[in-house]
Amino acid sequence: MSDKRNIIIGVIIFILLMTIPIWLNLATGTSTERPELEKPKGDACVMDKEYMTSYHMDLLNEWREEVVRNGEREHIAPDGKKYDRSLTNTCLDCHPSKEKFCDQCHNYLGVKPYCWSCHIVPEEFK
Amino acid sequence: MKLFISLILVLILIGIPLIGSNVSGLVYLFGVIIPYIAILTFVIGMSVRVLKWAKIPVPFKITTTCGQQKSLPWINNNNLESPHNTAGVFWRMALEVLFFRSLFRNTRTGLKEGPKIVYGPDKILWAASLAFHWSFLVIFIRHFKIFLQEVPQFIPLLESLDGFMQIGLPILFMTDAALLLGLTVLFLRRIVDPKLRYISLVADYFPLLLIIGIALTGVWMRYFGKVDIISVKQFTLGLFSFQPIIPDGISAIFFAHLFLVSALLIYFPLSKLVHFGGIFLSPTRNMSNNNREVRHINPWNPKVKLHTYEEWEDEFRDVMKAADMPLEKE
Repeated sequence: MSDKRNIIIGVIIFILLMTIPIWLNLATGTSTERPELEKPKGDACVMDKEYMTSYHMDLLNEWREEVVRNGEREHIAPDGKKYDRSLTNTCLDCHPSKEKFCDQCHNYLGVKPYCWSCHIVPEEFK
Repeated sequence: MKLFISLILVLILIGIPLIGSNVSGLVYLFGVIIPYIAILTFVIGMSVRVLKWAKIPVPFKITTTCGQQKSLPWINNNNLESPHNTAGVFWRMALEVLFFRSLFRNTRTGLKEGPKIVYGPDKILWAASLAFHWSFLVIFIRHFKIFLQEVPQFIPLLESLDGFMQIGLPILFMTDAALLLGLTVLFLRRIVDPKLRYISLVADYFPLLLIIGIALTGVWMRYFGKVDIISVKQFTLGLFSFQPIIPDGISAIFFAHLFLVSALLIYFPLSKLVHFGGIFLSPTRNMSNNNREVRHINPWNPKVKLHTYEEWEDEFRDVMKAADMPLEKE
């Protein structure tokens, strides 16, 4: 019966769609390597590494709001050190390359942060 | 009561990996063995269910129609409501699968003074279902950024549309909110309406609560208690390339999320959730209403031995001729 043929075609499409990550990964090849980040220049960050890995976007968001809306430019690190709340002056001092630092993880995960729609990409600036 | 059984079941399902993944050695069970079993159960189970349906013969054309059938050329027919060809069936099915058209026609029955039964429109179920199903699809597609080594170009585009409002950081995805809203409405609907509460079973509450659990653990990991997403991607890539590894630093909440998804995948082919495949096989929707054009033969009709008039005449020609009886063929 023609219905049976259509159903079998449907089931095959279903199986292919549901296993598509396997086929696409086979085609491109996978590596279980972590993205390599450029070593930062300074010796301490404004927060510890674990916090920055997962929560840097929260911190940047907080900084932006504090600076732009409240004019509060001072960040006090857990060790008591004071920093200027600035992406271009503070963050980029230690991590000068967007390509070798930010993009490594962001491209890995397909994340497109909108920092750079206002800020100047340091490499382009030079 | 049925609600509490479902709630406790889901809480147990969240609790098992939260405790279990901290026990060394069990991580492999929650991270690798159970997900593989779940994916296999889902794909094979769904295929088996659908192929089983395919074996069942259809004795009648049982299309439900609410439009003019195709008949004489000067009578306008409605090919969407009463399709007579494959194209009509295709569009009807497309609207059904993509926009839940028959759910849109859902009505509510009420009792007014008199006593008098009144029927009214009930679009809430349709709207909540549509919000839930579409959001779930978009969220599933968005997850491909963690499933695939090379993130396809359309995923950042999809995400920018999904986060169009740019609320907060990480940007709030509208589908996350719509999914939870839709699920909440679908869930409250069963609790608030006494008639619905009376007919609701564990099998109704459980999948809703399970998916709410999946959504909440997911939302938690994205917006609040963030996981090390790079390790998570390393883990999923290992899973999908059959070289499973479990990097350090993946928190237990991720395993809870994964375990709930595995539970959903295993539960899928065993429950009412097979409507995922079943909707394509609804005979009242996917058959064409062409009884006047094409004869539908019941596949299990026994073969009837026929003896036609022509054969009968051949048999008795000589006798008939001798008796001067009229013959079709001389």
